[in-house]
Amino acid sequence: MTTKPIIEIDPYEKTWMRISLGLLVVFIIMVGVAGYALGFQLPASETRVNPQTVATDPNSPWSNPGLRELAPGKYEVYILAQIWLFNPREITVPVGSTVTFYVTSKDVQHGFKIQDTNINMQIIPGYVSTLTHVFDKPGEYPYICTEYCGSGHAAMFGKIIVEP
Amino acid sequence: MTIATANYDLTPQEKKFVGWHLILAISALSVGSLFGPLQAFEHAGWDLYPYLQPVFKSYYQGLTIHGVLNALVWTTAFITGFLTLTTIRGLQRSLRYPKLNYTGFWVMVVGVLVTAVPLLANNASVLYTFYPPMKADWLFYVGLTLVVIGSWIEGYGFYFTMAAWRKEHPGETYPFIALASSVTMAMWQIATLGVAIEILTLLLPWAWGMVGGIDIQLARTYFWFTGHPLVYFWLLPAYLSWYAMLPKQAGGKLFSDSMARLVFWLFLLTSVPVGFHHQYVDPGVPDSWKFIHSILTYSVAFPSMLTAFTVIAGLEYAGRKRGGKGLFGWIKALPWDDPSVVSQLLAGILFFFGGIGGITNASYNVNLVIHNTAWVPGHFHLTVSSAATLSFMGITYWLVPYLTGRKLWKPKWALIQAWMWFIGMLIFSNAMHVLGLLGAPRRTPLGEAPYVPAEWNGHLLRVGIGGAILFVAVYLYIFIIAKTAFGGEKASESEQVTIPVAEPLHASPIPAWMDTFKPWLIGAVLLVVIAYAPVLIDLITHAVGSPGFRVW
Repeated sequence: MTTKPIIEIDPYEKTWMRISLGLLVVFIIMVGVAGYALGFQLPASETRVNPQTVATDPNSPWSNPGLRELAPGKYEVYILAQIWLFNPREITVPVGSTVTFYVTSKDVQHGFKIQDTNINMQIIPGYVSTLTHVFDKPGEYPYICTEYCGSGHAAMFGKIIVEP
Repeated sequence: MTIATANYDLTPQEKKFVGWHLILAISALSVGSLFGPLQAFEHAGWDLYPYLQPVFKSYYQGLTIHGVLNALVWTTAFITGFLTLTTIRGLQRSLRYPKLNYTGFWVMVVGVLVTAVPLLANNASVLYTFYPPMKADWLFYVGLTLVVIGSWIEGYGFYFTMAAWRKEHPGETYPFIALASSVTMAMWQIATLGVAIEILTLLLPWAWGMVGGIDIQLARTYFWFTGHPLVYFWLLPAYLSWYAMLPKQAGGKLFSDSMARLVFWLFLLTSVPVGFHHQYVDPGVPDSWKFIHSILTYSVAFPSMLTAFTVIAGLEYAGRKRGGKGLFGWIKALPWDDPSVVSQLLAGILFFFGGIGGITNASYNVNLVIHNTAWVPGHFHLTVSSAATLSFMGITYWLVPYLTGRKLWKPKWALIQAWMWFIGMLIFSNAMHVLGLLGAPRRTPLGEAPYVPAEWNGHLLRVGIGGAILFVAVYLYIFIIAKTAFGGEKASESEQVTIPVAEPLHASPIPAWMDTFKPWLIGAVLLVVIAYAPVLIDLITHAVGSPGFRVW
């Protein structure tokens, strides 16, 4: 063993180290800018609910899940995930609507992914997952369960109809 | 003091002990691999599960068996056996307390058997992530715990052996392959604290009815504390082989000894505090912490990028020594007729794509596009099932002849096997990645899902075709190994295989800070505490109880 404090590195390898570090720094800046400046955010709500009463407690919005209009073109929708369906199964909004989703589960974990959008959330009993999306194009957007939730998992889906 | 020799040989008993690990590993692989293709076939519209009734109840039971046996048992059993060999061969000394290591192994065997009971009885069809509040039979949790504890005990055996060597060789540097083995084990022991705490403080008391409800996000956080570094537990033994064994097999040297060591230390430091990148879409974890883990996950990509350089440089050196000329001529000059080398080269190529996909997964909001989609199993079949598994297959192509003193049965077939795995995996994983980008969910029998658009059908068919090729490849592998071990031709004295260990190209001295565990272990634990403590404290203090469900 030697007391020499630094290790010898091949010059080509040094260049490669710089390129690797540079690439990683560029990547992190890009996702950081996309996240914090351009608003491509992750669901990170820290709201907690009691999974055993969330569907029945009259004070819980999930005792009566569905769409609520807050202002013209601005909606919020409470969705209850349970084995093996989403309640509601169908949501209709006009094109251009801004919709905020509040999803929770009353039993096991589920997934909630709206096809052709960036809405993709893990649904965890006891927690509320939330994200907002602007529906710019008319059409049908299926939302599907993306987490294994038991034998009926593959059939668990619903759809958003965006009317022109 | 023993004199170091290039052909240090394990004792017959040590060989037998490593061999037992391979028997456990390959037995698990041979059962677990029955179900992988069944899932792929289901995607392609050929659902064979109805024909397996009443023995196997469902797609999900099959998927659970596939994940637990292949991703957890095959890997852990192979890795502990292989690292036993690299520890002994690296130090050129026997294990300090062999009985300790035997105990570890048999604890692992008992663990596998205990896990198998509820798995086969369809009482633990919870997939290999066993997310609560799905509640498996408690035997499943106990069995998995024993597998992990067994691997810990074997790890302790390595540390005692390392310490004994150090005492016998004052002033010498740890041989690289022994050091890499113990670093891998140390990383694993820090990493598995998460799942150990999850099972012992949440799942078992809950499965036994001692507590009514547990916090699901807390359980997920403990799980992913272990879940991601698990990937490095699979990869590091393959890296060890790529760095220090493959170049020798190809006729070259380890390009940079010091860099190889640095890479392993960096993995010890950064493998664990990255788990939130599996929870980017979860509620209950603040986005700032997700972003911090995103940066940390990029840091753990760095040593993998260094590995790419050093390993390829070592191979280039080998290729040029064999007469390869020009920019790419050295690639052609590599021993493409050696199944052990070819398996590992092809594993490395597949891992190139796996690494790029991994960066995508780590990328914070980009992850929204692929999270919980078919992309993810497409990705990890390039890591655990290619970089690790195909390398391990390649390693056994020299290891089994070495342990048994027999010649590899029909090396040409082994070569075909490696290429079939490569081609099958390219088709399978590419189709899965594309399906994921189109929005197809993971762990779902898509053959019966009502929302599948026609656009996915061609890719689903390719999943089935890739799965069929992999199916043939894996059983061809098991057949070749069984033929070699139990019916192979005895190798003559001159044909005996030796353990390939590459010499460093430059024997540059290793500084003291790179030859001691202490600062790296302290650093690793500190990073873990910083990266996890605030969120864990929040989750524990605001816990919400969920009762268990059986939904399969």
